[in-house]
Amino acid sequence: MMANTVEADGQLTPEEQKRLTADMNRSLRLRKIRSLLLVAPLVIFILVTFVSPIASMLFRSIDNPQIIEYMPNTSAAVAEWDADSNQLPGEEVFAALVDDLVTGRKNHTIGKAATRLNYEKSGMRSLLTGSARKAARLKPPFKDKLIQINSDWGELDTWRVIKRESRPYTASYYIAAFDMETTPSGEIKFLPEQQQIYLKLFWRTVWMSLLITAMTLLLGYPVSYLLASLPMRIANMLMILVLLPFWTSLLVRTSSWIAMLQGEGVINDVLVWFGLVDDDNRLSMIYNATGTVITMTHILLPFMILPLYSVMKTIPPSYMRAARSLGATPFTAFYKVYLPQSVPGISAGAILVFILAIGYYITPALVGGQTGQFIGNMIAYHMQSSLNWGLAAALGVILLVLVLGLYAAYSRLLGTNNQMSLR
Amino acid sequence: MALPSYAGPLETFWYYAFRIICGMIFVFLISPLIIIIPLSFNVEPYFSFSQGMLALDPDAFSLRWYEEFINSERWMNALQNTFIVAVCSTFLSMVLGTLAALGLSRSELPFKGVIMGLLISPMIVPLIISAAGMFFFYSSIGVSQSYAGLILAHTALGTPFVVITVTATLSNFDNNLIKASASLGATPTYTFFKITVPLIMTGVISGGLFAMMTSVDEVVVALFIAGAEQRTVPMQMWAGIREQISPTILAVATLLVCMSILLLTTVEYLRRRSETIRGITPH
Repeated sequence: MMANTVEADGQLTPEEQKRLTADMNRSLRLRKIRSLLLVAPLVIFILVTFVSPIASMLFRSIDNPQIIEYMPNTSAAVAEWDADSNQLPGEEVFAALVDDLVTGRKNHTIGKAATRLNYEKSGMRSLLTGSARKAARLKPPFKDKLIQINSDWGELDTWRVIKRESRPYTASYYIAAFDMETTPSGEIKFLPEQQQIYLKLFWRTVWMSLLITAMTLLLGYPVSYLLASLPMRIANMLMILVLLPFWTSLLVRTSSWIAMLQGEGVINDVLVWFGLVDDDNRLSMIYNATGTVITMTHILLPFMILPLYSVMKTIPPSYMRAARSLGATPFTAFYKVYLPQSVPGISAGAILVFILAIGYYITPALVGGQTGQFIGNMIAYHMQSSLNWGLAAALGVILLVLVLGLYAAYSRLLGTNNQMSLR
Repeated sequence: MALPSYAGPLETFWYYAFRIICGMIFVFLISPLIIIIPLSFNVEPYFSFSQGMLALDPDAFSLRWYEEFINSERWMNALQNTFIVAVCSTFLSMVLGTLAALGLSRSELPFKGVIMGLLISPMIVPLIISAAGMFFFYSSIGVSQSYAGLILAHTALGTPFVVITVTATLSNFDNNLIKASASLGATPTYTFFKITVPLIMTGVISGGLFAMMTSVDEVVVALFIAGAEQRTVPMQMWAGIREQISPTILAVATLLVCMSILLLTTVEYLRRRSETIRGITPH
């Protein structure tokens, strides 16, 4: 122990004060480190298993390695060529090209470069693979012989595309995702109206999500109002009817809607039985946009009811009674008193449903047919069928930015600690 | 909300009309789940009610599709895979999520907002985007088409639920209990297992059930990163709905509805229990 820690007037000695402060700082630092250590395993886990995949997708959407990797000589040689010179590249570039074509054909890699160039200019695939088949037999000088094989080698545009895609990074997937194209002269412009796919699909995804949000609000508001105003015991019983669909597998709900809505399905059977619909003229309510909207409204309805209910629960019923006692009609009392107070619930539920709807994939794929597909289905198509992964990644990034922007709005409305109303 | 005694005829009419409208919305919510149950006992290979079923003829009903489900090697294999992946990923989510929630609820943790945002991000990002990203990344590190890859992916998707439920439970936690325990001579480890764990257990379990449900129901990521060997029940259902619609799907769906009833009951029970326990502790 120290001999003297307190001075005559009862104050701590300066050394003692310093020692205490240091002790406290050390203890605080330890506590901070301990709390960080608790969080660290999950933070590292999420960074590795979740954030890196998203980052790798971001990278994939601008990554452009194919030409550099599979046509190394050509991409190096064409870098020297001035694309604005109005002159074809020289013999050395053609020689490099023949070299790449021969090696590429031997290693079966020329197809990958050809596919990449074909995204930019149609016809490039057959140009490359066709020439590669004949390249091994060619003797120098190559320039005229290649042009003889395919006159496209004599086009400046062909070489401009090769030169442009010899860069390690590209914006071309984003350009394609916005239905634009780079003209050979380097201008970026929109495709003609009838060739636009993705903007239309984004637009359809947005308006169908808005429609679904509006439908869930229309159906969810009365139910939440009823649940919030009934006695607790009855409300809890009825809440089961909301929570059970919520806890049931998405695929179960989707397949039961197929059973309900299809031509030979339950709803059509009932309508025919009542004579409302002719037997030969059954309604087609599925494998189109209608099917997607009905099914997704059902699936997302609990996500609207739960936040609405939790807000409505906090509105004192005496307010409505007070309005009535002051002479308001039931409608005015609701419109002027109740509705404004339920707005936080409406906006929270609406943003939540909209965010969830806009990223949907499974339900539109199963019940959407041709007209009920979402942007998510296009991402899956490019991932699994067309194998244009760069474009899939670019579409994914655009969707991600949209969702994160909306989520920022959502958490500002609700405060970050309230996400549990999500589920 | 009983009908007030001063209500006029119009208001009385609206009072009952409103209840009927709400009743219809409840029917809309629940009927798809109810309708598949009788359909799964259909003797015919169709998705609709036969004449015999409507006449309640016992011969029109059968357990045929349930037998098909149990005798199908593919379905049983899928069931086994779903079970393995769900159990492993739920366990991992519960451990990692609970630790993180304990850290997050300490006041001295720096960058709390950023960390919370990061940890719940798997819940916000649309599944198709997570799936695409995981497909690129997991195949580049060589864990796609493996149980390990699927378990890691489902763990990542499930942890936000554990983090959120346990953080919520801890927000009502009375820290004086820890101090009391320490003042009575308990070591921090002893206090943790005897005081903290029992009090947050309800949150941990309900978060775990959410995580399990996520894994059992998850199909988008599984479609992208699982191979044929890891085929899960949702993947099998997805394939079934796309290729040949058979009522076997409805039999599986009925079993899944029963499972969700069970899960819902458990979660509700836990929620009420935790409210009771918290009711005892003074605030």
